[in-house]
Formats: sequence, structure tokens, C-alpha cells
Amino acid sequence: MALLQISEPGMAPAPHEQRLAVGIDLGTTNSLVATVRSGAATVLPDAHGRPLLPSIVRYLPGGRVEVGYAAQARQADDPKNTIVSVKRFMGRGLKDVAHAESAPYDFVDAPGMVQVRTVAGVKSPVEVSAEILKVLRERAELSLQGSLSGAVITVPAYFDDAQRQATKDAGRLAGLNVLRLLNEPTAAAIAYGLDNAAEGVYAVYDLGGGTFDLSILKLSRGVFEVIATSGDSMLGGDDFDQRLFCWVAEQAKLAPLAPRDMRLLQVKSREAKEALTFHSESRINARLSSGEFVDVTVDTETFCSITQTLVHKTLGPMRKALRDAGLSVDEVKGVVMVGGATRMPQIQRAVAEFFRRDPLNNLDPDKVVALGAAMQANVLAGNKPQGEDWLLLDVIPLSLGIETMGGLTEKVIPRNSTIPAARAQEFTTFKDGQTGMSLHVVQGERELVSDCRSLARFELKGIPPMAAGAARVRVSFQVDADGLLSVSAKESTSGVEASVTVKPSYGLGDAEIERMLRDSFEHAKEDVHARALAENRVEGQRLVEATRSALQADKSLLSAEEAAAIELALTALESLLGGSDRRAIKRAADALNRATEDFAGRRMDQGIRRALAGRKIGSL
Amino acid sequence: MNAAAERALTSSAFELFGLEPAFALDAEALERSYREIQARVHPDRFARAGDAERRASLQWTTRVNEAYRALRDPLRRASHLLELHGVDVAFETNTAMPPEFLMQQMELRESLEEAVGKKDAASLDALRRDLEQSKRMLEKQIGESIDARKDYAGAAGLVRKLMFLDRLGAEIDLAYEAVE
Repeated sequence: MALLQISEPGMAPAPHEQRLAVGIDLGTTNSLVATVRSGAATVLPDAHGRPLLPSIVRYLPGGRVEVGYAAQARQADDPKNTIVSVKRFMGRGLKDVAHAESAPYDFVDAPGMVQVRTVAGVKSPVEVSAEILKVLRERAELSLQGSLSGAVITVPAYFDDAQRQATKDAGRLAGLNVLRLLNEPTAAAIAYGLDNAAEGVYAVYDLGGGTFDLSILKLSRGVFEVIATSGDSMLGGDDFDQRLFCWVAEQAKLAPLAPRDMRLLQVKSREAKEALTFHSESRINARLSSGEFVDVTVDTETFCSITQTLVHKTLGPMRKALRDAGLSVDEVKGVVMVGGATRMPQIQRAVAEFFRRDPLNNLDPDKVVALGAAMQANVLAGNKPQGEDWLLLDVIPLSLGIETMGGLTEKVIPRNSTIPAARAQEFTTFKDGQTGMSLHVVQGERELVSDCRSLARFELKGIPPMAAGAARVRVSFQVDADGLLSVSAKESTSGVEASVTVKPSYGLGDAEIERMLRDSFEHAKEDVHARALAENRVEGQRLVEATRSALQADKSLLSAEEAAAIELALTALESLLGGSDRRAIKRAADALNRATEDFAGRRMDQGIRRALAGRKIGSL
Repeated sequence: MNAAAERALTSSAFELFGLEPAFALDAEALERSYREIQARVHPDRFARAGDAERRASLQWTTRVNEAYRALRDPLRRASHLLELHGVDVAFETNTAMPPEFLMQQMELRESLEEAVGKKDAASLDALRRDLEQSKRMLEKQIGESIDARKDYAGAAGLVRKLMFLDRLGAEIDLAYEAVE
């Protein structure tokens, strides 16, 4: 059990000054929201005391939306409008979606990301996920009695850039200030590590509803460092249901099923799978719309044999992560099990056999990710005093690269690089007089571009005509702390530049998000402008506070004139915050940001020098 | 960007972590410095700060991560040291290697192809072990050449050999995916 923490007088913010921050586990099957209250992380239940929110969204005529248990109860009656496991479609095209043929939806193959036609119109997975997040946001605001200052949303560690960006967009669309995207196994490691004062190398085996992650972390006091991560973003508990469903259909010799019957049998298969964790056999019976009656019994032995290849599929990523980490099985001190699917006995056995030790199951595999995310949100919101917080060092799961001649991938940032990361590489022209260059950004480990995931394409134009190979085009990749990529290119002899946030080619442009926000507020009868003004004020207030505390701490780094210039910009912004001109607030905030640029740099530099000075004193 | 910032971002990786430039590495001291610096500049510390500080934090953390990665990797550490001593390793232009070394490399690659063809993970393990051992030996020679003898030109040839071995290592790692 976690010890209750008591802070030193005057160190931690008083409870009424605590900023409301939550951690959200946006899962394939279930989603949760958690927060830290009185020093302990806790999951926030709904009005009926239920901690989980089934990740199911049903669209009704007239713009009404049902989320969670209500939608779950009607899924077999209204399968076309009831979206389950939407996480599987995030940032994915139709061709990437497994079992699309046995999903009862009316898919629309939009460029980049698949969409679903419902009675309420065509919906993108981002919009569907935003509905889930909205319900969790409202649950938290009701429970904590205030509006949220920020949220940490978890994603599978093996999510690529497209899937991460889609998740962040969904957060924005749900009106959340997304403090950080956090990898699910890392969140679990935080919850586990802090609760158990764990030190050493740990593996986290996270088999969720639709994704599998295996992360290897080094835990030491105050630092969570991910050494390697691996996985399969198309493998999860859903696949076990699907195998059982297919087996049942085969046993009962069923003809191709209507959407309603398909959903019904899928639900029954899932229930049977869960029952098999505790019983040696389970019975599946259902009456189909044709009047036909299905009655099949499955025992654990059969279930294990039909799902054996799925269990086996998790072994490859385990070996790969260990190889990447340069570690052997014996060097791993413990294996933390995360995700509802790890309850299956065959999974527990396979992991125990591989790591030659019993896996750790002492935290609820359904809740541990949300709890860890809440702890991290609490740190990011600034609710923990320095010294009691921790440092989190995470990595990118897949290499990022660029297409070169012949459809080959040139890796620019290798997988398992600690983020934030940046790398630049020079490329040159192929033909004499070539004035443009088409850049194709991809993610993946394979040599052929066609085997990797395409993230974005953009063009660098206006290169002065030169002989082939004479131009020097420097392509820079930057991955931020959320694991999101931006790319820029510059021709160095002429200075021609182009850049792209790796987003518009598959995801939603800013304009599209704005339109969706507008649409959703029209339903909620909320004024868009009022919302935007409120956001600008909050942002402005945050900047005023941050600048003031920076000045208080490090004014000595500034000359009198520099300090006066910052003070001036600060006062200007502050005087506008009470008004209603949101553009003026934005302009004043931008001006203050510009005015503090040098100051920010000097503060970082001082931080580094102090860190080194501290080390030298410490090592004497 | 001001002068102090410029200096910190362009200083050598060794300077950044307060270490003496040498091939022999005090891994623990490096890790300590790295963590202490990260504790002060990491974006998680600036999640609520203004844009200017968040940008500066991103820039610094990126630089610190990159330098840390470079110092921990023997190949990059050696290249960085040679660069500091004005010696160009010339990976791209100087590909003339001793014939016996090239023969050996070709043989290793043949064994690799054979293991892939037979889907033989145990042979891959053996190849990987042998490769690790050859790398350790080469790294020892590089250390002696740079730190003890200050023979930077001689070290450059050894570093180029190490690069060949690293590439083979990457190919072995890829081969596992074809075999598993």
C-alpha cells in the first residue's frame, strides 16, 4: 500500500491551490479517468460507482450520442451506429484495419484515416474518441468540482506518429488541455514503481484490448528510464474474442451472419473468454435473427489451442526489446502485467516461461495505467514540490526516416532514441538543374519504403538550378516530448526552406479541428468565441505566472534594461486579461514570449551549470 | 540566441557533461551528469511555462539527449574525439580497407545469409556473440591508440573498422525478424 504523504509546511501548494489535473487511459475496450487526491492516485467512478467506461459510442438520429454502458447495452440492436474498439482505427487507413470484413460498419475510406458512416453523419475515429474523452472530462469536473487545468492521455508505446497525433487531436476536440501523451507501459511503471519502491530493470507486459506493448525500464530513485520498447499495435484481447467467434461460427456451421447476429456472437464470445479465466469450460448460446439457435461449449484446452499463435506473437517483441536493450532475461528483475487480457492463464504461463519468473500482478491490470497517468499529470501540473517529483525518460518506438532513390528508407532517428530527439541529414539532387525536391517521411524498420508507414509528403521548391549532386538539402527531424514529429528542409547554398508538422497528410488540419469544435459547440449551445476567449485568458494568466516566478528566481541574469522590457510586456499582457479582446491578449502573450526568449535560454544554461556544479561538490 | 546559449548548444559533448575528453569513459559519472541536467531542463519541468521557455527546454533536452547517445556509443564517441583533434574519420570517402579485413567481413556476411536461409536463430546468436567480442577487442585498441598513444590518424583506421562491424550488427538485428 502507498504511504500517505505529508509535505513540509510551505512547500507544497495548499489544497485549494492545487491545479486539477487528471490521467486518462483511453483504452480499446474500456477507458478510465484518475486523479491524485490527498497524495494518493484514485480512479474516479461514474454516478453509479462504476470505475470503467466501456469505450463504446452510439450515434442516434438528431445528433444525440450515447457513450459507455448505455451504448454497450444497445450494440447488438444497432451495430452500424454503435462504434466499439475505435482505438483500432485511430490514424489508420481502411487497408490497415484488421478484420474490416467482419466489422458491421459502413466504412468510408477517407485519405489517411478511415471513417464510419452513421445515422448522425460520417464520423472520424478522432471524433468518436473525443466523445469518450468528453464523458470522462465531465465525470472528472463533476467529481472534482472545477474545470480541469490539464490532462495526461495514455497511448500504446508502439503507437506510431499518426496514431499519437490522432489521439492528441481527440483530446483537443474534447476540450482538454493535453499536458502530455504518455506511453501506457511507462504509466504502469510509474504506478508500480512508486507503490513498491522498485529499483532495477523491469519489463512491462501490456496486452490491452487491441494493442500489445513490451517496455523495458530502468527504475531508480526519482528516475523512470525506458531503455527499449517493442510491440504490436494490432494485437490484443479483441483478437482472442475474434478467434473464438470464428471457431464458434465454424462449429455451429453458420452461414454468413447479419451485422446484428455478428455483434451478438462477438459479445458472447468475449463473455465466454472471460469466464474461461476462472472455469474449465464455458457455454455460448444465442438465438439468431433467423430463429436459429446456437449452443456451443468451449473448454480451456480448445481455447488455448485456437489462440496459441496469438500468444506466440507476443514472444517476438519480447526478444526484440531485450536485444535492443542489450540485456538477457536474467537481468530483468520483475515483469509487471498490465491490461485486462493478461488475466488469461495461457498469457501468464507464457510470460512466466519466457522470463523464468512469476509475473507481478499486484496492481489491478485494468486501472494501473490510469493511476500512473494521474501521478504524472499531478507532476506536470506543478502540484508536487521539487525533490518529490521524478524524471521520466521515454523513447520513440519506431525509426523515423526519409525515402531515397529506389524506394529505400534512410533512417534519420533510430527507434528507442530518448525523446525529445532531433537529427538532421543532408540529401542532394539527382538531376542537373533540378529545382524541386519531394520529401517523403516514413516510420518503420523495414528497408523498403512500401513496407513502412507513410507519415507525410512535402516539397521543397525554388532550389537554384545546379549540377546533379551540388545542392545541399538539410532535412531536420524533431520529435517532441509527446513523441510527435515535425520536419523541416533547407537548401544551404540558397537558403530556400520548407517545413511540415507531420500531420495534414493523414490527420486533421487545424482548420478541420476548429470546424469540428464549432459543430460540437453548436450542439452544446456554447459560444465558440466565449470558449476561445476563456482559453486565451487561461493561457495568458499561465504565462504571467510563469514569467513572474522566473523573474523572481533569476532576475540577476538580466540587465536593468532587459528586466524593464520584460516587465513592460508582462504588465501589458496582465492589463488585457480582464478585457474581452482575445486577439489583443494573444498578441500581448506573443510579445511577452518574444521578450523572454533570451532569458529562457540563459535560465536553461544556468540550470546545466548548476547541475554540473552540484555533481562536482557531490563527488568530492 | 544569446552567447551563453550558443556556447552551451555548440560545446563538445564532453564539456556539456563536465567530463575530460577521453575514449575511456566513466559511465557512471556520465549517467549522473545526464540525469542531473535532465532534471533541470526536461520539458516535464516546463509543462506550464511560457512558449519561450518550453522551446528552450525542448532545444536543450534534445541536445543533451543527442550528446548522451553519442558519448555512450563507442563509434560515435571515438569519431567525436577524433573530430576534436582535427582528424576526419572520412566514413564516406575513405573506404579503402585492408584486404584481409574485407575478406573476413564478406565471410561473416555469407554466414549471416546462410543463417537467414536456414531460419537458424541459434546461428544468429552465435554470430552476434562473436561480433560483440570482435567489437570489444577493437574498442580496446581504439582506446589505447587515442588515450595512451595519441595516435589519432592510426585510430581513424580502427574507427572505420568499427563502423563496418556496427553495420553488420544492424544487419544481424534485422535478420532476426526474418528468422523469428
